[in-house]
Amino acid sequence: MEKADFYHALKIENDRCIGCTHCMKECPTGAIRIQDGKALIHKDWCVDCGECLKSCPTEAIYVEQDDFQRIFDYKCRVALMPTVFIGQFSKYTTEKEIISAVMELGFTHVFQVEFTADMIHKEMVRQMENAEEKPVISSFCPAIVRLIQVRFPALVDNLLLVKAPVNASATYYHKVLEGEGIPSEEIGIFYVTPCAAKIAALKGAEGYSSTIKGVINMDTLYNKAYHILKNRSGGYEPECELPPPLTKKEMRWSQTGGEAKHFSGRCLAIDEIHNVIDFLERMETTSEVRNVDFLELRACDRSCAGGVLAVANRFLTAERIMKRSMNRDKVPMIYAADNFEALSYLKQHITIRPVQPNPKRLYDGTIDEMLKKMEQVRKLMCYLPGIDCGACGSPNCQSLAEDIVRHEAQFSDCVFMQRNMEKHGKLDQEHAFRIVERTWGKDRLNKDCYKKGAKYEGL
Amino acid sequence: MLFKFELEGGNFSKVGYASSQIKKVLKQLAIDPRIIKRVVVALYEAEVNVVAHAWRGTVVAKLDADKISLELKDEGPGIPDIPLAMSEGYSTASEAVREMGFGAGMGLPNMKKNVDELTIESQVDVGTTVRMVTWFNKKGA
Repeated sequence: MEKADFYHALKIENDRCIGCTHCMKECPTGAIRIQDGKALIHKDWCVDCGECLKSCPTEAIYVEQDDFQRIFDYKCRVALMPTVFIGQFSKYTTEKEIISAVMELGFTHVFQVEFTADMIHKEMVRQMENAEEKPVISSFCPAIVRLIQVRFPALVDNLLLVKAPVNASATYYHKVLEGEGIPSEEIGIFYVTPCAAKIAALKGAEGYSSTIKGVINMDTLYNKAYHILKNRSGGYEPECELPPPLTKKEMRWSQTGGEAKHFSGRCLAIDEIHNVIDFLERMETTSEVRNVDFLELRACDRSCAGGVLAVANRFLTAERIMKRSMNRDKVPMIYAADNFEALSYLKQHITIRPVQPNPKRLYDGTIDEMLKKMEQVRKLMCYLPGIDCGACGSPNCQSLAEDIVRHEAQFSDCVFMQRNMEKHGKLDQEHAFRIVERTWGKDRLNKDCYKKGAKYEGL
Repeated sequence: MLFKFELEGGNFSKVGYASSQIKKVLKQLAIDPRIIKRVVVALYEAEVNVVAHAWRGTVVAKLDADKISLELKDEGPGIPDIPLAMSEGYSTASEAVREMGFGAGMGLPNMKKNVDELTIESQVDVGTTVRMVTWFNKKGA
């Protein structure tokens, strides 16, 4: 089977990581372990949803981004900006003010990600009409695409093969700028991302370097832009050219329900990755989910408004986008602009290649060998306490048993088993202590008054 | 490898537990997804049957390297006429069960369609035993 090589944008800063197990317990694919007191991410199982980052109390998990100064490598510097960025600001800041601040940071153009949503929608409808299997699943959210590859590989053929708005708009706008006579190598399109999954998908995809030259985290750009806005004197009138306005549908495309609303038949919109997993599990096992035609699945609660790199509260962001998108023109500007060449180029390049399954495999070998390993896991489970404390460095007892069978952990990693083994004289105290140190790091069991919640925290 | 699950007559909120557990195991074994789907559909329908008609029952799943054998044994009213029960659209489900979206008379026919072997033994007012076998290396029925 062809295996997709996953690029990951989520990184762990070992100096900050205190091996607290929060991320390990939150990970929806069970991809995190603790070793030597630090969290480790299993690369093949991670889907870049960002749940670990959200749960980290020490900000040890971060999203790798490109150096902001890199935009100055290009003469023509484009900020490819999603609607969610506008939603970071309250209604008292106009779109013009926001965009002028971003331009002041050094961008020569600001272009909106959802500008191509109507074209994408048309292609999705076309594919849906020809789909043999229902429900079709939107490929909008890259964390969901990976989740399906890893945990629901049988559903890869249900995915609609169309570019995400960021890719479609980069393709389109690059062509527009070329049409204006700007040489390709002078065009630097930088995407402002609300999440890690988008970065991972962009950097892992073909054609990344040809249209999108880099990624800027939304919180970084927000801080820079907000700083400019705060320091403007009263009565300041921004002067800059605005990108073509978006329609209501385009502005709401990345919101929960933004896609589902525009398809015919039974359409469901589900957000938050655990909700999605729960729904897909049900869909695979019961006949409760019947006659559904279209699924819009998003990894974050409130979709992109809830992205890990968004600064504002997700409910406020969603509400602001709803408000700002009211009373808008209904005709997408993409057809009104005279960029027919770019439009027809996008039409020809709007699809993506079929998505390959990349199932999470616990064991190698023949069915016989795998069955034996599963039997071993069941035997181990007879002894493990089943309270899923995580003190062994695996997310739960079941995972520890599987790790043991894969020779990635030991029975004595379980603190309950250590007590048992000590009682029966199979393990001495010193040895038990060394085992705990191996999982939790050397000085982990020492008194530390500077740790979170302790009396000198922050001193 | 053996798995056993209990079923409780009338408790539709729990129905599907056995099929979802079995699905997870088959996925881990990297069984062809099309075969997994068929096994899971058949087992789910069988679970629904027990919950809809019987008082209580058990599911025993036996997993071998080449096949999965499922046995659903229940204490219940039994099936007086098995060939009639096997025909599509025939149902003895109560109004209450139909209101929950079950009881379309497709259970047994659907099970038969999705497994390689199906046998039914039943005694009126005592109970029913359904046995199903699916082979992993055999291409679709």
